[in-house]
This record gives sequence, structure tokens and C-alpha cells, in this order.
Amino acid sequence: MSGQVIALTARDFETDQEVRWCPGCGDYAILKSVRRVLAQLGRRREDTVFVSGIGCAARFPYYVDTYGFHSIHGRAPSLATGIKLANPALDVWVVGGDADFLAIGGNHLLHVLRRNVDLNLVLVNNAIYGLTKGQASPTSSIGTRSPSSPAGTFDAPMNPAALALGAGGSFVARSADMLQDHLPDTLLRASAYRGAAFVEVLQNCIVYNDNAFGDLTRKAARAEKTVQVRHGEPMLFGANGERGLVYEPWQGTFRITENAAEATLHDETNPALAMALAHLVDDALPMPLGVFYAVPRPHYVAALEANAPQQPLTRDEFKDILRAGSWRA
Amino acid sequence: MTASAPANHAHAPTTRTVVRFAGDSGDGIQVLGTEFAKAVALDRHDLMTLPDFPAEIRAPAGSTFGVSAFQIQFGDDGVLTPGDQADALFAFNPAALKTNVDALKPGGLIVADPGAFSARNLKRAGYAANPLDGDALSRYRLITVDIARLTAEAVAATGVGKKQAGRAKNFWSLGLCFWLFGGERGATIGWIEDKFVKAPEVAASNVAALNAGHAYGETLELDAGSTAQDARTAPRHGLFRTVTGTDAMGLGLAAVAALSGLKLTYCSYPITPASALLHFLAGLNGRGVSTFQAEDEIASATAAIGASYAGGLGVTASSGPGLVLKGEALGLAVAVELPLVAIDVQRAGPSTGMPTKPEQADLNLALYGRHGEAPLPVLAPATPAECFHVVIEAARLAMRYMTPVLVLSDAYIANAAQAWQLPDVDALPAITPAFRTEAHGFQPFARNPDTLARPWATPGTTGLAHRIGGLERGAGAGDISYDPDNHEAMSRLRAAKVAGIESTLPCDIDGGAAAGDLLVIGWGSTYGAIVEAVQGLTSQGHAVGHLHLRQLWPLPPNLADILQRFRAVAVPELNHGQLARLIRSEFLVDARPIGQMRGQPFKVAHLEAELAALLPGAPQ
Repeated sequence: MSGQVIALTARDFETDQEVRWCPGCGDYAILKSVRRVLAQLGRRREDTVFVSGIGCAARFPYYVDTYGFHSIHGRAPSLATGIKLANPALDVWVVGGDADFLAIGGNHLLHVLRRNVDLNLVLVNNAIYGLTKGQASPTSSIGTRSPSSPAGTFDAPMNPAALALGAGGSFVARSADMLQDHLPDTLLRASAYRGAAFVEVLQNCIVYNDNAFGDLTRKAARAEKTVQVRHGEPMLFGANGERGLVYEPWQGTFRITENAAEATLHDETNPALAMALAHLVDDALPMPLGVFYAVPRPHYVAALEANAPQQPLTRDEFKDILRAGSWRA
Repeated sequence: MTASAPANHAHAPTTRTVVRFAGDSGDGIQVLGTEFAKAVALDRHDLMTLPDFPAEIRAPAGSTFGVSAFQIQFGDDGVLTPGDQADALFAFNPAALKTNVDALKPGGLIVADPGAFSARNLKRAGYAANPLDGDALSRYRLITVDIARLTAEAVAATGVGKKQAGRAKNFWSLGLCFWLFGGERGATIGWIEDKFVKAPEVAASNVAALNAGHAYGETLELDAGSTAQDARTAPRHGLFRTVTGTDAMGLGLAAVAALSGLKLTYCSYPITPASALLHFLAGLNGRGVSTFQAEDEIASATAAIGASYAGGLGVTASSGPGLVLKGEALGLAVAVELPLVAIDVQRAGPSTGMPTKPEQADLNLALYGRHGEAPLPVLAPATPAECFHVVIEAARLAMRYMTPVLVLSDAYIANAAQAWQLPDVDALPAITPAFRTEAHGFQPFARNPDTLARPWATPGTTGLAHRIGGLERGAGAGDISYDPDNHEAMSRLRAAKVAGIESTLPCDIDGGAAAGDLLVIGWGSTYGAIVEAVQGLTSQGHAVGHLHLRQLWPLPPNLADILQRFRAVAVPELNHGQLARLIRSEFLVDARPIGQMRGQPFKVAHLEAELAALLPGAPQ
């Protein structure tokens, strides 16, 4: 916790554990990005902790050579909160899937965002249950056929980024597994944020939900089907950035413009724009990626310290506590 | 333990007085009782209290289900129960009289305010005629005092409104109590002035009411017929305070922070009757203790585990419904072998049950309430004051053996108050957590050969980066393992570690005979009632011994020997025989259950009769 920068490479964060994801799993790409980011951060490996719940993505801690805690389904955000309460100097990452973060652990996600606990929250969203063999998840699109929904799902999916904003999240971003330039940059931004930094990573489950986000992550279609937003820059997309999005604030929607100069400049401090970007799910429009929202706000432990500076208790101080309201016989 | 275990068993109860206050849940009955308890303690009496209140915060005025009561027994040394029957009852309205008059002994004193016995209140309570008139209460001595009117007159000079005048009634009654039963008014006046420092006129009105109540008794020369005020404890030396189990447990947890130098992270979700501990510790936030009000029971347990993982001491508490929800997290703590203290303030169940009433029916849950083979130590304080040492011992064991430890308290222990001699803080042994720092030869699941504990290696420590988790792990290196031999070995190691804990909690005859006809084994809040029932039987010449277990798992190693010294074994507990079944299954003895599930402590006379029936030769 010296704050000194240490020269490490992505390889330094590999463990001796055999990676047990399926061949072609999007998690390999995410792991690669995370290791690159850790090397760039230059912190001691011992000052970083990866915490997870249950699921494919939750195997993450075994594959990163830092401290790691593979806990129980859905509870990683709470466990990570306890870690920060005991030792706020640690850099704590929480990695989980859509079921871990949004189904069984949904309540905990809401509350770490509301409290703004200083964590990096990486939601690996593949819109399916992987480890339990392919059931529909809270983010599966309507009509998803699975062993638990043979006729197709009929319940509406959840929008993770919108949920995070609604819960009071003050750093909300989206990226995708295959974007090996965009994902590390997004994770670096998340890591630099003091508070709960929520990053939804669209991930391809090759076995149970292949191509769920196909157009978004496949290279050929990516330029037309996604728009990468950056603070202060126009929202442009297309092979050469020749088209743009115009934000229509009264409707909270977007339209496409062929005139790049007309495109709206992204402002990551504008909550209405952030919510509109999160909600932009429309086949006729590109899906937004990037940091939708980032505003400074006191994080939980800082607020706790401001409320009551945390000091060890000496025996003499304890005697005073013990003697309150006492009398001498 | 020695400082907190009042073990004056040879002493027969002589001059004791039991006073019961009952009124609407908004009448300030608990404040009245608590202040009276403090005052009689200052006046050198031993005491035990029983707050008995509904879950409703402000039930409809005058309703029987909204009656809140408070009972206190005080006298000379060795008061261990709140008393079976009251010598005096303060009934603040008809509903309070109706629901509490049976708690009064024949010939006992009733103090009632006729002003509160209006036609409407009588009807609400289900009285066809006013019981204060006629001879409905002829078995008792009745004093009627127009408390509302007298309080209003007393506070008139302080200039407070009608509402506050109404609120001051309980202090007027407290003043009268001081006249009737003794007690030191000065402490109460000090407390009032502190509590209402921002509203001096309210403080003045409460003090005026208190003094007026006392003056009323003096002027009319009212006599309670009690001599308990003259029956004082033997001369004592040292510092004392009254504590509830909640206070003692909170102080014990603060002591853990002071003795270990660790940050104690207390994580909890509001639930009756455990919330009071969160409130107590929230008042110490920042002083070695940080409190975290989690979003649910599961989050509170897992956050506590996270705190212990990161090198603090995680503590989580709840009542039965919450402990059920924490079960999976406790299993995780067993699996990853991290220290954790989990407290269950038991209440009557199942489901919501009777949230403010005590029961001891979570023993099975504590022992067995996790999937897989997941043993952990289970401790139980016997008295409110004992909560202090038991929770310190729980923390010490958790860190020494790298295990979650469960502490079973209950609604009675949590809320009951007794006078407590403060322990010598300098004599309390330090708790030294054995954090691993040596990187050479480090293995996260290597074991200390003496304790079988694994090392406590916290994030941030150079050279010890490692991974832990709920998946079964290989002995030593801790890598994920599905190897059958390893799982067998690890399961047995975890069990052996818990079976081998050495605690400092006593396990010996608490009172009565050391061998003979009947051994009475109790645990938790039944302590006082069992002591007195056993005293009653031994004074009749029966060879009856009392052993109170503070360590319910693993059972103390010398218990088998003690069992052999008696011809019969009885296990009184506030459940349907959970400890009795454990004793039977562990020792193959015919332990006879004496169960009670009334949401109330045992009454001594009832328990004595039940035990007498189990004596060899008793009519079956």
C-alpha cells in the first residue's frame, strides 16, 4: 500500500491454475484485458483482491495472481464491502455474471451502488446461465429457448446499465469481451474511479447462447451496430465515423444523422443523457458502449470516516466506556 | 467468568420484593422500570428485571394487546430471577390490570389510577364493571391514586403543556415507588437532566413529578408492607453498573477491539430483539468498532466474513429468522476457515413467532443449521452479565482456531438487567491474532499442529497472495480439489479442529449436590430459575445438582464424568427438548426433557415441581 509504481506485465498476473472455461469462451478475452489493466496500474499484486460469487465468471479469482476470494452465489458485493470496511487501502474487484449480480445477488448490487462502496464491479453479461447448463437469465431476451424455457421466455429482460443508474450508481459503463482496445480503457477508467464503478461487459457464451450480441462484437458489423461514446466528443459511428447520434432531450431518445457535425457531444456528467444511452436498445440504432456516467461522489468508507474517524481502541479508552453510568460501592 | 457468575447458591431467598409495572406501550413503562432498577441498585440491592412488552410500538391506547410490563425483583445478595409473583402491581389502566393481576400474589398491593378507569377504557379491557369498585379485588390491597390529576398539579408551575404533563405520569409513579420501596432519587434526577438537556422545561416537569410522587407517599404515610428496602447486599467494593445482556455483550465486543487491537466490524440487519446490540455499538462507531447496517441478513453475514478476511474481526448478529438466512454464509466461513462471531438473540418461533418473547429453540439450528458437515463452536451466556465474558471468549476462540463461533443469547437475557461489578480491565488477557507474515513455506491450508488452525494471511501481506473459496480445497496448498480422499480428510480435519477447542468457560457443578439423585442440566437464560429450584429441593434434603452449560458444542470433555455421578438427569429448557436430545445422543443417558414454550422464563415454583417429579421414588 506504498503507492509506489511497480513494473509488472500481464504475465505476472497469471496463476499456476489451469483455466477451466470452455474453448472459445468470451471470458478468456476479459481475463486478458483485466491482466493488462492490472499491469498498467502498477500496484503490488498483494494490494489487489478479486472477489466473486458463483458462476463461470466467478472462477476469475483463481486465474489472477492477486489475493482472491471465490465466495457464494450473489454475495460477492457484500463480502467485498466487508473487505473495504476492514482495509480500505485494498484495490477490490468484484467479478460476476448476470445471474450472480442481477438475480440471486440483485439486492447487494443495488446497495453497493447506492452506498458507493469503492469497488470495481465487472458484470460479465452473457444473458444465460452457463455453469448450471443453460437456463434463461434475467438478461435473456424474450423468446430465449432454454432447458427451463423450452417454449421460449416471456418475461422481460433487465437492463443492467439502467438498473445501475437507477440504484444511484455514479460510474456506469458498458463494453464487450472482444474489444481489446475499448475494454481495457474502460476498466482503467473504472479502476481510477473512487467509488462503485460498474462496468457491464457483453460476453459471448459459445455453448449456451452463442451470438447473443453477435452483431455488436463481430468485427464486420461492429462499426455500424455500436457507437463508442467519449466525454466531450461527438457520438459518431460507421466505418469512418461518418454518421452520428443526435440526442433529443425532450423525448429522451436518439436519431441518426448523416451530418457528423450535428452529432451530440457526450457529457458523462449528464444523468438524463446517461439514462437515455443505457436505455437505447433499438435494432435500428447502434448500441452505445463506453462510460455513460461518471460523477464524483463520496464513497462509503470516506463518508464513514467523515462521520466517525476510525481509530483503534486502547484499554484505557475502553475503561471509560465500561465505567459510563457506574457507581462505586 | 468469576466476575460475572453470581453463584451464591447456599443462600435461601429471604427478604425480596417483586414489583411489576404495567400500562400502555406508550406510557413509558420500560423507562420507569429501568430507572427504578438503577435506583434500587444504587441503594445497595441486588436485582433482576424482566421487561415484558409487545411488538407493537404504539398499540391502540387501552387495548389488552398493547400492554407493556416490567417486573423487578430486588433485595439482598443472590437475586437471580425477576420473581415468580409480584408483591406490588402498578396498573396504569384497566387493560394493564386485567392482563397482569394474575402475576400478583394474594394480599399483594395494587396501585391504580381511577382516572384511567374510564367507561371507554373499561370496555376496551373487557370489564363489565369497574374492578376498582366493589370487591372484585378483595384478595389484594388496593391503593387508588389519581395520578394524572396529581401529576398535572405538580408540573403546573413548570409551564409545560397538557401533553407533557400526561407524559410525566410515569415519573410521578416512580417517585411513589421510591417512597414505598426505597431507592435513590438523585441518579434519576441526573438522568432526567441529561436526557432532556435541550428541553429544560421538560426536565423540570419530570423532576417535579418525581418529587411530588415521593411527597405524596410520605404525606399519606403509605406502606407497601415490604421490608426489602432494609435487606441490602453485603458490603461491596468496587465499581458497579446495571447492565442488560445487550449492554454486556456490546461492552464485551468493544473489549475485544481493545484486547486485540483489531478493528471490530459489526454487521447486522434490524431485527427484534437483536437490534438493540446494533444501536449500542453504533454509539461506539469509530472507537475500535465500526457498525454496518446491511441490506439484509445475508449481506451482514458475508460482509462480516469479508472484514475478517481482510484482517479485522467480523461480527454478525440476528435473531432466529436471520440466523436461518445466514446459514449459507456460516457454511462458507466453516469452509474457508476464517474467524467470525455470530450472535443469535433467540426469540419465540417458528417464523415471526413472538418477536419480543424469549425461547431457546434455535439450539438445533445453531448445531446443525448448515448443509454439509459444518461443525462450529456454540456458546451460551447464562446471565445478562455473563454476555461480556462469553462474547470475548467467542472472539478469542474464533481467532485462535480460525472458525466461526455462534453465541446463543435470547430475548430475556438481552433485555433483563442486573447489577454487575465491573471487571478489572487490566487483568483481561490480551487477544493476539496470529497473522501470518512469513512468505517462506506458506501454504494457506497448512495447519498448526496444536490447534489444527490454518494461517490467517490477510490481503496486503507481501508474498502471501493466494486464493480461497467455497469449493473444496486440497489440504496444504488449498487448490480446488475433487479428490475423494482429500474431501474425507478435510471433513474430518474440520470436525477434529472444532472438537478439540479448549475454552476457558467453566463446566462444573454450579450448585447443589456434586453427586446423587438428580443432575439438572441447563443452558442460557434459565440459569436463575434452575438455581432457585435446585436450592428449594436441596433444602428439602434431596441430592440434586445443577450444571449450567456455557459451551454447547463441542460438549465439554468432563461432562461424561459428571453425568455418571447422578442416578437421573433432567434438562429444563425453553423449547421442546433440544439439549435433552443432544445429551441423550452423545452420552446414551436417559436425559428427561422439561420443556416450556410460553415465551416466558420458567417460574421457579413450576420448575421445582417438575424436577421433584423426576426424583427417584417420586410418584409417577
